[in-house]
Amino acid sequence: MLTLGGRRVLDAISTTFTPGRVTAVLGPNGAGKSTLLSCLAGLRTPDEGRVLVDGQPRSALSMRDLARQIGLLPQGADVHWDVDVATLVALGRYPHRARWGETEADGAAVARAMAATDVTQFATRPMTALSGGERARVLLARVLAGEPQWLLADEPLANLDPAHQLGTLECLREVTRSGAGVILVLHDLNHAIRVADEVLLLCDGRIIAQGAPEDVLTPQRIAETYGVSSHIGTTPDGVRFIVTSQMAR
Amino acid sequence: MNRSLRLNLALVACIAVTFLLSLMAGKVWIPLDAWVAGDPRWPIIAELRMPRTVLAILVGGALGVSGAAMQGYLRNPLADPGLFGVSSGAALGAVISLYFGYTASAWLLPAFALTGAGLTMAILALLVGRSGSMIVFTLAGVILSSVAGSMTALAISLAPTPFATSQIVTWLMGALTDRSWDDVWLALPLLALGGTLLALTGRTLDALTLGESAARSMGVDPLRLQLLIVVGVALCVGASVATAGIIGFVGLIVPHLVRPFVGNRPSAVLLPSALAGALLLLLGDCVVRAMPTVSELRLGIAMSMLGGPFFLFLLLRMRRGLA
Repeated sequence: MLTLGGRRVLDAISTTFTPGRVTAVLGPNGAGKSTLLSCLAGLRTPDEGRVLVDGQPRSALSMRDLARQIGLLPQGADVHWDVDVATLVALGRYPHRARWGETEADGAAVARAMAATDVTQFATRPMTALSGGERARVLLARVLAGEPQWLLADEPLANLDPAHQLGTLECLREVTRSGAGVILVLHDLNHAIRVADEVLLLCDGRIIAQGAPEDVLTPQRIAETYGVSSHIGTTPDGVRFIVTSQMAR
Repeated sequence: MNRSLRLNLALVACIAVTFLLSLMAGKVWIPLDAWVAGDPRWPIIAELRMPRTVLAILVGGALGVSGAAMQGYLRNPLADPGLFGVSSGAALGAVISLYFGYTASAWLLPAFALTGAGLTMAILALLVGRSGSMIVFTLAGVILSSVAGSMTALAISLAPTPFATSQIVTWLMGALTDRSWDDVWLALPLLALGGTLLALTGRTLDALTLGESAARSMGVDPLRLQLLIVVGVALCVGASVATAGIIGFVGLIVPHLVRPFVGNRPSAVLLPSALAGALLLLLGDCVVRAMPTVSELRLGIAMSMLGGPFFLFLLLRMRRGLA
């Protein structure tokens, strides 16, 4: 349980995330999605209850150990100094780096992350010279460079055009192939059914449902949670989609 | 050789040259061939110009690295080491000693100034508590700075004698005139410790480039960082004000001067800022000494005259960037 400003933001949350899978956290605005992610990443401490990482209480881990295990891509991440792309991606190695400079392993991890997000060609460019989509990929590369066992991303597709959204989803999907778990806060239900192995549906700080996307995202549950009617279909090439509309009054 | 190393070596070379120039320059020009123990001008070098020059390097370096650390910590290119009130607190301490005429020993005024800096730092720590919040930190600093400033003004207006008023006002302008080896030995350990603490923050300041949440998720401990910054800047600024008075703008200007050469990464700016700060103050001190004025121009005033237009230039450049 977590209360902020007198309001119970998370309540009776009890769930387990599975490594090697993509879990999409869904819910209407104010449902507690980002707060849940903050608790998982160690940025907030629940008033009651605890977070276990691989069976170990999160509080038992040092901040650095936790950062090695969990990488967070915050919502709308700002870059306060106009550094070049390679420098920014290398920041992802902060929890791993030795006291005196960069090791070969750091350099290799940064190169892998940049290749995975297709930003290697921008290495020497300053961040301000990138488009919104390129920036988003660089910021994702920063988290990937840390090679976390859990990757948490808060609305990673915001401000991206459809092509970059699909590219980012594919990149996140790729992360799970190494056995890492990915937890995404998403708003678009179509992105969730496209990328997620599992969906966690939140409303008013409580879990409404958790399970496979086709089991959780039913028209009735979407109506109860979001207050919209929906039609779920499948394209000729087998991709499921959800079309939502205002409910008839 | 990377850009950072090249710049640092160039700055060290410039400091070495200016160091020699500083020993020669003044109301009396003392050429190199007079630098022998038997020469009647040697005491001017050994007892007056040498400590003054060393102090200019130490104070300039401390103010430069403090400015770079503050700008990196607050992620604000207009941040200045004086922002959280330690320099105002140190100045108030020194003003109290002048007000009551406690200047019998050369150690009294710096001791009062350091006490002022220490007390301000302690109050700042109490106000900020364990929040680690940068907003609370900045606001608390502004409040302390304002309170110390008003108390200094009160001391000036209520000074017991015109002589005390004159002493306070002159001291507040900041200068390295007549500083001795005692001042160097007082400042050196404090500045070295403060500079070392600030040097330790480099990589953490880099992580802060991505904002507080991202930095914390990368394992940055905001409280530890704040402690290093507060104590490091307080030692550097407190010892600087205690020995040289208030010398503004150095900490603001030098990080901007070095960024075009080493980039914007906060850790890359720290060492060059210290070196550029040392060079700037050393050059400034040479200029004020060599100027044909009746009494020596105060170094603090010279730096303000340089800093004001530079601040304006920064503002105009930022406005152009926003347009």
